[in-house]
Amino acid sequence: MTSVVATQTHARGPRPNRLTPGRAGIYAFVVVSCLFFLMPLYIMVVTSFKTQDEIRMSQIFALPRDFTVQPWIEAWSSACTGVSCDGLKIGFLNSVTITVPAVILSILAGAILGYSLSLWRTKGSNLLFGLLLAGAFLPYQIFIYPLVRVYAYVSLYGTLFNIITVHVIFGLPVMTLLFRNYFASVPIELFKAARVDGAGFWRIFISIMLPLSTPMVIVAVILQVTGIWNDFLLGTVFAGQTNWPMTVQLNNIVNTTQGTRAYNVDMAATILTAAVPLTIYFLSGRWFVRGIAAGAVKG
Amino acid sequence: MARKQKRSWGATLTIIPFWVLILGAYVGTMIWTVFISMTSSKMLPNSTFVGFDQYRRLFATDRWNIAVHNIIIYGALLMMLCLVIGFLMAVMLDSRIRAEDTVRTIVLYPYAMSFIVTGLIWQWMMNPTVGLEKAMHDFGWTSFSFDWLVTSDKAIYALVIAGVWQASGLITALMLAGLRGIDQDIWKASRVDGIPTWRVYFSIVLPMMRPTIVTAVVLMSLSVIKAYDLVVALTGGGPGLSTDVPAKFIMDFFFERANIGLATAACSVLLAFVLVFFTPWFYFEYFREKKGNR
Repeated sequence: MTSVVATQTHARGPRPNRLTPGRAGIYAFVVVSCLFFLMPLYIMVVTSFKTQDEIRMSQIFALPRDFTVQPWIEAWSSACTGVSCDGLKIGFLNSVTITVPAVILSILAGAILGYSLSLWRTKGSNLLFGLLLAGAFLPYQIFIYPLVRVYAYVSLYGTLFNIITVHVIFGLPVMTLLFRNYFASVPIELFKAARVDGAGFWRIFISIMLPLSTPMVIVAVILQVTGIWNDFLLGTVFAGQTNWPMTVQLNNIVNTTQGTRAYNVDMAATILTAAVPLTIYFLSGRWFVRGIAAGAVKG
Repeated sequence: MARKQKRSWGATLTIIPFWVLILGAYVGTMIWTVFISMTSSKMLPNSTFVGFDQYRRLFATDRWNIAVHNIIIYGALLMMLCLVIGFLMAVMLDSRIRAEDTVRTIVLYPYAMSFIVTGLIWQWMMNPTVGLEKAMHDFGWTSFSFDWLVTSDKAIYALVIAGVWQASGLITALMLAGLRGIDQDIWKASRVDGIPTWRVYFSIVLPMMRPTIVTAVVLMSLSVIKAYDLVVALTGGGPGLSTDVPAKFIMDFFFERANIGLATAACSVLLAFVLVFFTPWFYFEYFREKKGNR
């Protein structure tokens, strides 16, 4: 009897490998769900390697019979967006030139503000934080029109500067939240010791806090690269036609084509656009989950 | 208080630009938007004050009412399905299945992709002439019908499918974190009492996960209100107006129909809605710890 009780204290340990009806049900549910989540990706990939004729003839689940990479080449370099026929490569380059500076600047801004709010006492910092939070939750539409007018007034509307600064502005709340909470968890003795040694605001930030925050920076990079790469709304409104990011180009390629649609090219283009965030996701694993948990829930 | 910060010029000087930025880009623009909504602005903003005329016009606009109706259906269904799928998935993942990490990766990957990508994938899958419907017909199931995307009274459900596919991974991750955060002694106690596992999940664990569920609902409802990209990519608001949503209504009236007054009035309605429903939650979530512990 005692031995039974003893084993039950570890009841949540590995279960025996017996397949009970309950376990079978669990596995059935899990397998069906996984199929639901994977099916679109599978169909996209197989379709993107099919020829146009084959798409008309065969059905979507079939593997390509005449394997071709032509759709990928076309999607990258010659698909038409309604304006021009240069493919997605321009959108890709635009997305890179928008994302890189926007990510760096927004993380830097968030780290500095988060550091000021968590470790230093300035007047009204709670109010500032409250306003920032509201900014994180309100729909962008509320801010968009006046921002368009302001940028137009200083003749910067529809420029690279415009879209990058807008991303920094709208990235600030979540970035600040992330760093504020992170710095608040740093042992305060570290901060005090640095103060006693005569280090000032910037010195403490650059020599102590920034090096400490590497894990948060990684999470922030994942969050921001994915978010800015996937943005559509801000890109359409603020980037201007010459700087349109990949998502906007992709939507134009797929949704404004006249005549017969080249589904294989569309699918290749879609995979290309999703490639960057997906790569980040598959490489970062747990970090990604940590990022969305931190950014979305508690900050 | 555990910490005593010193005032410093460095800190004050650093925070001033942020004040300017936040007051200008968030508060100023918000006030400006609300102000325009009280004027007779049409193509260009003017300052002829007309009170709530734009709001009266807005609520008398069929397209707006349809958009609001659509977003309620979409939001309610999306949240319900995501919560159910998310909870079940989390329970399954928590019951020591094989390849847990792989399953988790599969469930969450759609969340890494943009709404545009999600919309385009599902547009292709739900296209009756080339997508799933055709595939089923080819398999020999000729009575299979899946034409939601082109049928105006079903298109909104097509939107829900795509939305659930994208978002339920996030809810699963949240729920799983919630489940793992629950005191493991509950399990020992219930096992001693001989309560079946499924009952523990539904009668004990589920009520204990209320904070997680509230968070999930808040997050989802905020993303529902913002829903724009997915609609643009999947249906373009159609057929007709059957999948039009407030965010798209606003964008169209700003930039295509150039009716600034009506668009800003719609913005202000969203603003009021978010503030009324979510301010208590914000306060509770972010400022409550100030009072009690530490």
